Amino acid sequence: MSNEFKASIHKAVNNANLTGALGTFSEAYKVNRAKAYEGIDFEELRGRIAELKSYAASHLDRLSEQFARNAEARGATVFRTSDPAKVREYILKVAQENGVKSIVKSKSMATEEIHLNPYLEKAGIAVSETDLGEWIIQLAGQTPSHMVLPAIHMTREEVSDLFSKEVDERLTSDIPRLVKVARERLRPKFLQAEMGISGGNMAVAETGSIVLMTNEGNARLVTSLPKIHVALVGIEKLVANYADVATILKALPRSATAQLLTSYVSIISGPTPNPDGSLKDLHIILMDNRRSEMAADPRFKQALQCIRCASCLNVCPIFRLVGGHVFGKVYTGGIGTILTAWFDELKKTEDIQGLCIQCGNCKEVCPGKIDIPELIMEIRRRLVKDQGLPLLQKAIYSVVNNRHLFHGMLRAASLAGKPFTSGTFIRHLPMFLADLTDGRSLPAIASQPFRDRFKNIKQPKLKEKAAFYAGCLIDFAYPEMGEALVKILNKAGIEVIFPQDQTCCGAPARYSGAYETAAGNAVDNVKALLDEDVQYVVSACPTCTVALDHEFISTFESLGQTEWIPKARELAAKTVDFSTLVKQLVDQGRLSLKDGRKLGTITYHDSCHLKRTLKVSQQPRELLGKAGYEVTEMFECDTCCGMGGSYSMKLPEISGPILKRKLHNITETGAPIVAMDCPGCVMQIRGGLDQDGSAIKVRHTVELLAEQLED
Amino acid sequence: MYEQFKVRAEGVSADVHRFATKDAALNFIIQFLKDEGLAEAPQAHALWADCPFLDGLDRRALGEIAGLKFTVTQELAATARFGISQMQWALADTGTLVQDSSVIQQRLVSSLPTIHLALVPTGGILADMPTLLTRLHPKDSAYIAMITGPSRTADIERVLTIGVHGPERLIIVFCDELGGTN
Repeated sequence: MSNEFKASIHKAVNNANLTGALGTFSEAYKVNRAKAYEGIDFEELRGRIAELKSYAASHLDRLSEQFARNAEARGATVFRTSDPAKVREYILKVAQENGVKSIVKSKSMATEEIHLNPYLEKAGIAVSETDLGEWIIQLAGQTPSHMVLPAIHMTREEVSDLFSKEVDERLTSDIPRLVKVARERLRPKFLQAEMGISGGNMAVAETGSIVLMTNEGNARLVTSLPKIHVALVGIEKLVANYADVATILKALPRSATAQLLTSYVSIISGPTPNPDGSLKDLHIILMDNRRSEMAADPRFKQALQCIRCASCLNVCPIFRLVGGHVFGKVYTGGIGTILTAWFDELKKTEDIQGLCIQCGNCKEVCPGKIDIPELIMEIRRRLVKDQGLPLLQKAIYSVVNNRHLFHGMLRAASLAGKPFTSGTFIRHLPMFLADLTDGRSLPAIASQPFRDRFKNIKQPKLKEKAAFYAGCLIDFAYPEMGEALVKILNKAGIEVIFPQDQTCCGAPARYSGAYETAAGNAVDNVKALLDEDVQYVVSACPTCTVALDHEFISTFESLGQTEWIPKARELAAKTVDFSTLVKQLVDQGRLSLKDGRKLGTITYHDSCHLKRTLKVSQQPRELLGKAGYEVTEMFECDTCCGMGGSYSMKLPEISGPILKRKLHNITETGAPIVAMDCPGCVMQIRGGLDQDGSAIKVRHTVELLAEQLED
Repeated sequence: MYEQFKVRAEGVSADVHRFATKDAALNFIIQFLKDEGLAEAPQAHALWADCPFLDGLDRRALGEIAGLKFTVTQELAATARFGISQMQWALADTGTLVQDSSVIQQRLVSSLPTIHLALVPTGGILADMPTLLTRLHPKDSAYIAMITGPSRTADIERVLTIGVHGPERLIIVFCDELGGTN
């Protein structure tokens, strides 16, 4: 991680204006978005969008050609190029040939992508952004921090300072007054400009139309008043049919700003008359800039389904802390990381790809149905392939891939940790390790891991058998969770087997892009877990469950190790998370919880992998309810706790505030216990509450249920 | 569908009125203009773009009202307080008005003045966008314009503010007598 990048994070998380504005916005956005989508089947809608955009991505060449033919038939001039430099030259040439001295622009990310403004300004042409947010950052000499809300990082006071300088008059920070100043200041520019430049929200091949959406009305003026209109459109904006416009218009404003429709939508199909009666000189530039290469990449093709709503930014727990500028100068947030890797270069994402905590929030809301976290993982994998792992990580993973060595070291750590341990926690570590215990205590390594304790558990001999996959945390930090699980399954008539050759699930390696290590772990576990004849493979760690259930297969697929895929599928078919299995057992009447208990209130934290990958959220709540707890929901119950595996160690400055927010939401419920299904979340949240000196108990659902079994 | 449209359009800060006859609609418009300070002066005059509503009306008589003009130029539109035009369609589910805006004068009166008065045939109300796209096609209109409420922004601290580059008020006047084919 570069020092410059670390400094930008430090600056962002300590900017109270920024985190305050983004925090408030993300909370309001969630509520407003839900309201805007009321009565709409979002899954059905995004299914259609994904389909029509995927179709377009598969036919970029044909649709570009069809678009050009139709737009030209209507009188537009169409220029197709893959080279950003050629785009800049073309626009300058049109401007110079027509004696253009001033240009007004409506918002266009494609022009940001090719850094058009400085190029034109260097040639002596005045370029004015007219979208209020874009104009603000132009005056400030900054770059957009958000695709839809470019100046969301700035306060009204900062805007008032900028405008005061611009109009040479001391303005107050009254927002309506500031907006009026922008109207008055930009109006003459609209009236005088000889050229208007716009982007395009869609380009319709069937009709040669471009579709423009704005709220301010600036695109209407940009495309109506100047005699020349240049529209710069990335070819990913192509759609095949005119009817597709309605489909995207239904989702884009709802996802972008929680509006049913933007104030203005213009569908422009060829030139129309200018105010002086002459005909508009309309140029449409279809820009490729690696979009075709992206379409040809089987993994990344889906990124072209993006409709640029930026909802992935709005729901991202990281974005709301650090804002856009940490991500770079053009495209920001989750999708921005992916677009930067392609439209700029892969190497540029070396640092920013690490910002993703893989919580999966963005994937849930993406109207283009893009698996953004998965694509960021793929970027990670390719970076590691190109450049290798950092030395320290390489050393760690070579240990993780050797089970005997790895487990030996964990046992040694139990002893080495002793001087820093108080009770069940490590509260402070010396020197450079201090970051790890900053704001959060770590669990002490258990003196006897579950794999050793298991041998002493007396189980009845039962016909039905389940293999327990413990995962490192339960095995070495929280063995009592494993014991609770055995107790519950025994009660339901299932004997638990613990295959001793099981090892790390590979998630830490995979999430660092070290797929070879992850594949090594996968092979070891597939062998160990399929060795026994069992009906289920059960895990009480959602991250491990996801590894067994999905990721072994996709790791093998990514590496082309196809020989292991059938075995991985066999394992996946048997894999089940703890709460789902226990809920089934209770429903089948095979397991009873004590009746009529009144255990008081409890709040439940949804772990990212359980809720969003395994789609499990009701089962643990119902089980806790049956056991006698009254579940009271916390605010943002399914927002990440900031653990993210090794994320909390790599980026403690981000993980810390996310945890703090989670602890606040837990405390606000007034419940004396918070339950969750993930030992990683337990580690993070229990550690945070311990450092706060809070009396709230953090328990895994498995422990709480084991206490309430019918005798 | 009118009621649904009204709720949606008012939800985005438009004013919505409905009249049975052209006479009643016209009286409303004239009264509105006068109440809002119509005068023969910059920032006070009104521009009325050519439209079916004006067919059969005595434009000369109307033109005698001080400040009301039927000639639309960029210069006049840039200093007008009021712009009046007729929109062909309205979409009930989003409160949107739609017009074939290929003729530049239609766009000038609905984008530059402070207040936009939009006449709409009540019969032009359609259910939604997909329905509209089957009625209005680019082959018949080089510039399709949709308007949903007045111009707005939230670019400073996410505070919703009405009236940036377009009109800060949108007055929608439905007229049953204008026909339409919904």
